[in-house]
Order: sequence, then structure tokens, then C-alpha cells
Amino acid sequence: MSIDFGSALRMFAAVVLLGGVMSVAQADDDEHEGGRRSVATNAAWQAECGECHVAFPPRLLPAASWREMMAGLDKHFGTDASLEAPVAQEIGAFLEQHASRRKIDPAAKPLLRISETRWFVREHDEVPQRVWKNPLVKSPSNCAACHTEAESGDYRERNIRMPK
Amino acid sequence: MSRAFSMSVLLVVAAMSAVQPAGAETFGQIMDEFAESARSTPGFQGFSAANGEQFFKATHGNDWSCASCHTENPASSGKHAKTSKLIKPMAPLVNPERFTDPAKVEKWFKRNCNDVLERACTAQEKGDVLTYLLTINK
Repeated sequence: MSIDFGSALRMFAAVVLLGGVMSVAQADDDEHEGGRRSVATNAAWQAECGECHVAFPPRLLPAASWREMMAGLDKHFGTDASLEAPVAQEIGAFLEQHASRRKIDPAAKPLLRISETRWFVREHDEVPQRVWKNPLVKSPSNCAACHTEAESGDYRERNIRMPK
Repeated sequence: MSRAFSMSVLLVVAAMSAVQPAGAETFGQIMDEFAESARSTPGFQGFSAANGEQFFKATHGNDWSCASCHTENPASSGKHAKTSKLIKPMAPLVNPERFTDPAKVEKWFKRNCNDVLERACTAQEKGDVLTYLLTINK
């Protein structure tokens, strides 16, 4: 064998370290919400949250909001989205780790709808009413109706196509 | 369940196993568990595709039926009543991925029965629905 166990272990450690650094870089992204660098991912989050809607990027809500969301999955915006405890814990930890770090009023009730955040309202203030009312859009939670690459976490302007 | 009917279910499962051994095996296991559980109810007479179809298409006390999201034809794609997200066909003969993972089956029956019936479904109801879905091929 040409690679001994020690050097294989060092290579593995380097890859793990590099991965850690990259995920920290991806998470530190408060300035660019909704932009290109929305790449923090987790397989359980993608699979479970993405089953009924786009798996919304964790940095669109603060940690307190995600905590409340995950505690109420059995009544999730009018449907039962309950999960087994282990997978719910994994997803909750991922969401909180990569959550928005904007200062919020700790006394205020956490927002659960991304579309009610000031950031969302400001970013979408130029979208005409007729677009929101279009049956192909139907709900502001339907990101992929206009953000054609939303499934892959890409919300850049260049990939927006509003349905006619 | 009539003998002729159980025979036809067996034949469909056998037909599936020719194409999708793992899927048919899991489907059979899931059905066995529902049957095992339903047998403890007095008067259990097997599962019925006709009852399953009726259950699937009817509302049960609120606005939603199974068909609200899955459409009246389980061979077609449906869409989520709230988010409009695409839902692949439920019929295993059209979409062989269906009913190949017991944990997923359990997760979705729990959620959807709560949404549609505001209670858990019985093993009889679940077995009837799966028996119905297995008869749909287009």
C-alpha cells in the first residue's frame, strides 16, 4: 500500500477542517440574505422541509423563530408537519446554527412567517399585486413561482421570472 | 375480503415483485402490519378497495379529502393544497417509489389523517386505502 495509515488520517483531518471553515464562512451571511451565498445545507432539512415547500434558507429567520417553529410542527400553518424527535432535533439544530443574527427584540413574539419580516417586505415591495394574486403564485411562501432556482438556494435577481 | 379479491391483490403484488422486488416486499410487509393490527378489531373481514376509494375521495368533517391534494386519480400527480408543491402519483404501479419505506408511510398517514380526519386513521382505513391504490394503474 502506498499511503500509510498516518498520512491518510492527516488528509482526512485536513478535509474535515476545511469543511468546518467553509461552513462557518457560509453561515456568516447576514448582509446577503436572499442572495447568492445561501448554501448552508443539511440533508434532513432539505428532505423534510423541502417535501411540501422550498426548504427555506435558515438565515431568513432568527434562532428564536426556528425554535418556536420546530416546537409546533404538529400545527404548522394549518397542517400537521410533525416529525420524529431525532430528525426534528437535527433540523432544529441546523436551523438555529445558521439562523439570522440580526438583533431582535427579545420580548417580542418571534415571527414565524418569513413573509412578515421587514427584510422580506422591503425586498418584495416592487412586486405588483397582480403577481401575488396570480394562481401560479398563490402564496408568498411559493418562492419557486418567481425564483426559478429557489430549490437550489439561489435567489439572485437574474433568476427571477414573474409569471405573466 | 373475498377470496377472488385477495387473489387479485396477491397477483398485483407478485407482478410488482417481478419489476421491483424491494418495493413489493416492503408493500407486502406494510399491508401485513395493517392486517395484523386490524384483525384485533371484532368483525374484521379483510381490506376493501371499494371502501378505500370511497374513503380517499370523501371529506371527513372538514374541507379536505385525500383527493384534495392527491386528486381523484391516484395515478396522476397532485399538488399541495396550500403550497402548490407537486406531489408524485400515489399508485405504486405508476410510481414504484411509493410504500417502499415503512417510516415514511407512518409519518404521512399520521400527518394527513390529522389534517383530513382530525384523528388517527384505523388500520382498517389505512389497509383499505392501500388496497385501493394498488388497483390503480392509469
